[in-house]
Amino acid sequence: MNLTLNIWRQAHQDAAGAMHRYHVTDISEDMSFLEMLDVLNEDLNVKGEDPVAFDHDCREGICGSCDLMIDGQAHGPEVTTTCQLHMRSFTDGQEITIEPWRANAFPVIKDLIVDRSAFDRIIQAGGYVSANTGSAPEANSVPAPRDKAMRAFNVATCIGCGACVAACPNGSASLFLGAKITHLGELPQGQPERYTRVVDMVAQHDHEGFGGCTNIGECSSACPKEIPLDVISQLNADLRTALRQGR
Amino acid sequence: MSTTDVKWVLVATTDSRPTLVKGSRASRSTISLKLMMAVSGLVFIGFVLSHMYGNLKAFGGEEKFNDYAEHLRTIGEPLLPESGLLWILRLGLIVSLVVHVTSALILARRARAARPVKYAVKKNRHSSISSRTMRWGGVTILVFLVWHLLNFSIGKVNPAGGETDNPYTLMVDTFDLWWMTIIYLVAMTALALHLHHGTWSAAQTLGLTNTAASRTRAKLAGWVLAVVVAGGFSLVPLSVLLGIIEK
Ligand code: HEM
Ligand code: SF4
Ligand code: FES
Repeated sequence: MNLTLNIWRQAHQDAAGAMHRYHVTDISEDMSFLEMLDVLNEDLNVKGEDPVAFDHDCREGICGSCDLMIDGQAHGPEVTTTCQLHMRSFTDGQEITIEPWRANAFPVIKDLIVDRSAFDRIIQAGGYVSANTGSAPEANSVPAPRDKAMRAFNVATCIGCGACVAACPNGSASLFLGAKITHLGELPQGQPERYTRVVDMVAQHDHEGFGGCTNIGECSSACPKEIPLDVISQLNADLRTALRQGR
Repeated sequence: MSTTDVKWVLVATTDSRPTLVKGSRASRSTISLKLMMAVSGLVFIGFVLSHMYGNLKAFGGEEKFNDYAEHLRTIGEPLLPESGLLWILRLGLIVSLVVHVTSALILARRARAARPVKYAVKKNRHSSISSRTMRWGGVTILVFLVWHLLNFSIGKVNPAGGETDNPYTLMVDTFDLWWMTIIYLVAMTALALHLHHGTWSAAQTLGLTNTAASRTRAKLAGWVLAVVVAGGFSLVPLSVLLGIIEK
């Protein structure tokens, strides 16, 4: 396949960026989207140009690094991560626009790479269960109801990729927040800190400059792990309980 | 490494944003703003339902319609002064409107700041038109509300130039003008869209939609309310225009 790419290039965080046009040829439809970009970069290297910086790590859909906005959709046209997106989802001769996630809380570091440490700070604010050091307790001594454990497991698949923020018209991280709140809040180990956790994580979310949620739902349809919207309801319910408790 | 690369490495490892929020409070979160929108929105839903019921009295003729208007002013007498209950309700609505619009403004401003750089290409995967037009739809309703109050309540402006102190004839005169009917129908379309998303959104914000089934029910409720309220309101102007309701 031959493709035309419109790619956002930006030298560093404070530099002005712009869209640049590139052509790639002889792309196999079995390549992943990132491999296609590797081909482009090899070409740019040969020409002595600066290769396009993009983030990636595992290339197997579990780390959440490969955040690209492809033709206006987070991670492109399929419900998966960019590394698991294959070129057969595109057609020969197609023009593809590639941009970084756009959010005030995710500043562009270079080209297509954004700084997602805002998510780390949200986790740091309360997305954990405090545990004493020492030998690990016997896991089976704390029974967890099966339905709650399943729900926790399902939403624990969130890889922190930020696609929900990228897709949200309000730039809100509520789906990510909701996934973490639900994951920890459904398990017995998460109970002691449940209502301080929600207040602290939401405060950090707001502080980072993410927008408020208006329940549009673009987040959930963009999420590569298909985290459902009901985690946002859970988030709201937990915050309402914290409000009642005067926290 | 070129000099721009060096800068990039530095930017990636230093962050000027302060870390965790001190003294976080549930009441100061964006979710609390949303809760206020949801509660004030539910007040409006109660209001539009009863207002629509009142309007349908027009099908009973001049006497029934005007009696109802008069009745609203005398409920609670002699316990309450004339129009006492009416003023209590009005006060509740005014407070709700201030709360609703103020929260909407703050959240809209936040959302704009959350994405300072727009996407060159952005697609919506799944969301409803109503969910994406809440802000403009709300402004439309607000502008309509000003005219509506001038027309029938505060101003009693008869656009046809006739009698103004008889609620029934004022209404018939107004809707006998085709363009007035159109204005009211446009406003009802805006209201329908607002209710379609707003109903489900309020349920989600209040944390009542923690399962896929309850989400489906809340969305269905949105459809029902939109059709019943906007449809019910539209019946009267349409019937006047078609000559079913006459002086
Ligand atoms: C009769 C009039 C109105 C009714 C019945 C109504 C109802 C609602 C409801 C139920 C919600 C959902 C709250 C939530 O998401 O938690 C809502 C949201 C909203 N309303 Fe209204 N509202 C009315 C008037 C207005 C006006 C005048 C504005 C104007 C500025 C406005 C702007 C908004 C906005 C921006 C939202 C947030 C969007 C969202 O949550 O998706 N509304 N409204
Ligand atoms: S909720 Fe989904 S889209 Fe958002 S960060 Fe987690 S995995 Fe990514
Ligand atoms: S590179 Fe790890 S999820 Fe794509």
